[in-house]
Amino acid sequence: MERRISPFSKLFLAIIFFVLYAPIFFLVFYSFNSGETMYNFEGFTLDWYRELFGDTRLLIIVLNTVVVALLSALFSTIIGIIGALAIYMAKRKQTKHTLLAMNNVLIVSPDVIIGASFLILFTTAGIKLGFYSVLLSHIAFCIPIVVLMVLPKLMEMSPSLIDAARDLGANHWDVMTKVIIPYISPGILAGFFMALTYSFDDFAVTFFVTGNGFSTLSVEIYSLARRGISLSINALSALLFLFTMILVVIYYFIVQNNKVNGAGVRKR
Amino acid sequence: MDRKLTGNLFKIPYYLWIILFVVGPILLVLYYSFFDIEGHFSLTNYQKFFTPVYLKMTFSSFWYAFLITAITLLISYPVAYLLTKTKHKQLWLLLIIVPSWINLLLKAYAFLGIFGTYGAANSFLKIIGIGQKQILFTDFSFVFVSVYIFIPFMILPIFNALDELNPALIDAANDLGASKWTTFRRVIFPLTIDGVKSGCQVTFIPALSLFMLTRLIAGNRVITLGTAIEQHFLVTQDWGMGSTIAVFLIIAMFLIMVMTNTRKRGV
Amino acid sequence: MKNLVRFFLVIAVSSALILIAISSLNSSQGYSGGNTLTVYNWGDYIDPALIKKFEKETGIKVIYETFDSNEAMMTKIQQGGTTYDVAVPSEYTIDKMRHENLLIPLDYTKLPNLKNIDKRFMDLPFDPDNQYSVPYFWGTVGIVYNPSKLNGKKITSWNDLWAPDLKNEILLIDGAREVMGMGLNSLGYSLNDTNKEHLLEAKNKLDTLTPNVKAIVGDEIKMLMANEEASIGLVWSGDASEIMSENEHLDYVVPKEGSNLWFDNMVIPKTAKNIDGAQKFINFMLDPKVAAQNTEYVGYSTPNKAALKFLPKDVVNDKRFYPSPELTKKLEVYENLGKKNLAYYNELFLQFKMHRK
Repeated sequence: MERRISPFSKLFLAIIFFVLYAPIFFLVFYSFNSGETMYNFEGFTLDWYRELFGDTRLLIIVLNTVVVALLSALFSTIIGIIGALAIYMAKRKQTKHTLLAMNNVLIVSPDVIIGASFLILFTTAGIKLGFYSVLLSHIAFCIPIVVLMVLPKLMEMSPSLIDAARDLGANHWDVMTKVIIPYISPGILAGFFMALTYSFDDFAVTFFVTGNGFSTLSVEIYSLARRGISLSINALSALLFLFTMILVVIYYFIVQNNKVNGAGVRKR
Repeated sequence: MDRKLTGNLFKIPYYLWIILFVVGPILLVLYYSFFDIEGHFSLTNYQKFFTPVYLKMTFSSFWYAFLITAITLLISYPVAYLLTKTKHKQLWLLLIIVPSWINLLLKAYAFLGIFGTYGAANSFLKIIGIGQKQILFTDFSFVFVSVYIFIPFMILPIFNALDELNPALIDAANDLGASKWTTFRRVIFPLTIDGVKSGCQVTFIPALSLFMLTRLIAGNRVITLGTAIEQHFLVTQDWGMGSTIAVFLIIAMFLIMVMTNTRKRGV
Repeated sequence: MKNLVRFFLVIAVSSALILIAISSLNSSQGYSGGNTLTVYNWGDYIDPALIKKFEKETGIKVIYETFDSNEAMMTKIQQGGTTYDVAVPSEYTIDKMRHENLLIPLDYTKLPNLKNIDKRFMDLPFDPDNQYSVPYFWGTVGIVYNPSKLNGKKITSWNDLWAPDLKNEILLIDGAREVMGMGLNSLGYSLNDTNKEHLLEAKNKLDTLTPNVKAIVGDEIKMLMANEEASIGLVWSGDASEIMSENEHLDYVVPKEGSNLWFDNMVIPKTAKNIDGAQKFINFMLDPKVAAQNTEYVGYSTPNKAALKFLPKDVVNDKRFYPSPELTKKLEVYENLGKKNLAYYNELFLQFKMHRK
C-alpha cells in the first residue's frame, strides 16, 4: 500500500474534519459571548462559566452522571466479557447466531423503544425510579457494546494458544486469567470506554426511567434547552468537550502503553 | 458433566440480562401492541398501521433512511480508506469519533444557529454571491445533519475492516497488473464488505427511527416511524399504537440484520 | 490481568468516593433531611427568590424539579415510585388526573389566601368547586407576529394567516389541540368540537395553510421567533410575553374569532409525602405580594386579583395579556374530550403534518 496521501485527499479529509467539528466550535465560541444569543457576538465574557461553577445542583448532577457512567461501564464490562465468552464458547453455530442476534437487539433498537420498554419493565417489577433504575438501564444497554468490542479479539485469538496452555497443565481458571483475559484486554478497555461514553451521552433512555430528583447531564441539558437557549449551556458543552478530549488523550496513551507492554502478539 | 456445569454457571449473569432486558422488553412491547387506546384487547392498532397515513410514513422513513445511509457510506468509505494511510491512524480515528460524544441535542441546537436565516451558513452563501436561502427546515438540512451524526458510526467498522486487510493481497493484485480501480473493485471492496455491512446496519436502523431531529432540524416536515413512536409514548399516550409501530420496527430490524449478516470469514 | 484488575479497582473506589461526595453535598443542601417538600413544576416557572423566602419562613427545604409536558409529568406520577408534593399541571390534565384518582383534595381551612383569586377563574368544569386545584397562572393561545417584516400589516383574525403573501412565514407550536383548534376557530367551530365532519373540514382547511407553514416546532419557537426566523408564530401567551421581552419588534394578538383559555393550577398529587407542607406552599404562593413578584418574574397572567395592585399599571392594563371581558367571552377552556376523540384529533394532526407542500 502506498503511504502517501495526495493533496486532494488531504483537502477532503480536512473538509470532513472541519464539518465534524464546526458545530462544536460554534457552541464553544458563543460560550464566551457577552450577549444573550447564538446570533450576535457582542463581546468576550466568562460570566457563563462563573454561573456554572456557582451552581451546586449542577455539580451534583455532573457527579451523578460521572458515577452512573463509571459504575455502569464497570458492571457492563464484567457482564460483557462473560457474554463474549459465552458466544465464543457456544458449540453450535445456531446458538452462536441466536446469541449474537439477541445481543445486537439493544444496539439497533431506537432509544425510544428501549426507554419506553424499560419504563414498563421497571413499573411491572416495582422498582422505584431514580438512581438504581437509571444505573440498571445503563448497564443493560452498555453490555452489548462491550460484547461487540471484546468478541473480535476472542475470535482472532488462535485456539492453539489455549491448547498449548492446557498441554502445559493449566486449569480452567489459569487459562482464563493468564491466557485469554490478557490477550483480549485491549478489547476490554475499548469496551469499557465505549460503555462509558454511551452512558455519558445517553439521553432518551435516562429521560424515561429517571425520577425522584435524580437527573443526569443530558436530561438537564434537555430541560435547560427547552427553557430557551441560555449560553450557560454552551459553557457547559465547552467544558464537556474539554473533558472528552482529556479522556481521549488518556485513552490513547493507555492503548499505546498496552501495545508496548502487551505480549506483542499483534504486529502493527 | 460437573465441569460443564460450573463452566456454564458463570454465564448466568449474561443470560439473565438477555431474558430481562432483551426478551422481556420485546415481549412487553408485543403485549402492549394488542391494546387499543381505551385499554381493550384488539387488533385495531394493526389495522390502523395499514392505513395510508402509516404506510406513507413507513415508506418515507425507509426512503430517508436509505438516502442517509447511501450518502454516509459514500463519504465514509474514502475517509476510512484515507485514515488507514495516515501516520497516527488510531489517533485520527479517535478524533473522528469524538464529535459523536458531544450531546446530540447540543449539536442540533448549534445547527439551528448555523443554518438559521441569519446564521453562519447563510452569511457564507451571501459572501460567495449565492444569496440567502432557506436551509433550516428543509429536506437538505435534515439529511445533512443525519449524515453528520452517522458518519463516525459508519467509519469505525469500515476502518477496522480496511485496517485488517493484508497489504500483501493488494501488492499481489498490483503485481499482476490490475489497475487501481480493478484492485479496489475486485480485492479491497469485497474483503471489506463485512465492515460496510455492519456500518450500514448501525446507520440504517437508527436512521429509520430518528426522532429528535425531525422536529428540531426538519420542523416536523419529515415524519419518521421514530417520531411517531415518540409521539405515541410521550404525547398522545397511545402506548398501544406506539408499541405496534415498534413491533414493525423490530421486525424490520431483524430482517435487516439477517440480510446484512456479518459472518467472520477467515482472511 | 493484574493491571486490568487494578484498573477496575481504581474505578470502583473512585465511584464510591463520588457517591460519598454526592450524598454529603445532598445533605449539605438539605435535600436528604426529613423536612423537605418536592415541587414538580414547569422549567423556569417560579421566581427562585420566592423559594428561598418560603424556606426561610417555614424551615422546609424545597426540592424543585421540572417537567416539560403534562403527559411526561402524569406518567411519572401514575408510575408511583416518586414523591412529588406539589405539581402544576394544565387544566385538561387536572381533569384526567382527577378521574384517575391521582390527586388529594385540598383542605380549605389551611388555604386562607384562596380568597385572593379572581372568582372568574374558580369553579371551572375541569375541577368543579376547585376541590383539587388552585389557579397558578392563566393565559391564551394567539399569534405573535412581526409588523416590521409584514410591511406594517396588522393581524387580527385566524384567517389572516391564509394570505398568499405569507409563504413560508409561519411557525406553529407542535400541539394537536392548538393547531386543530386554530382550524376549528377559523371556521367558527368550537375548540371542543367532536363532530368528525367538522374536524375533517378543519384539517382540510389546515392543509391549504401548508405553503405558508415554515415549520412545526416545540419550545424552540421562542428562540426562533425572537431571532426573526419567521414573522408569524402560533404560541401560548406566556411564550409570547417571553418572546416579546427579548425582541421588542414583535406583537401579540388573540384573534377575534376566539381562542383557547388555559390554566396551570397547583395540585397535591397522591404521591405526596408532606401534605401539610404542600398546603403551606400553595397558601404561600397565593399571597398577593408573592404572586405579584412571581408574575413579574415569569411574565404570565396571574389569576390573583389582590396581586394586581402590586403590579405595574402597564402590565395590568395590557389588553393583550389581560383581555377585555368581550374577548374573554369568546375564549374557551379545553374540555377533556375522552381518549377516543383525542386520538382522532392526534390522527388528523399527524395527517396535517405529513401533508407536503
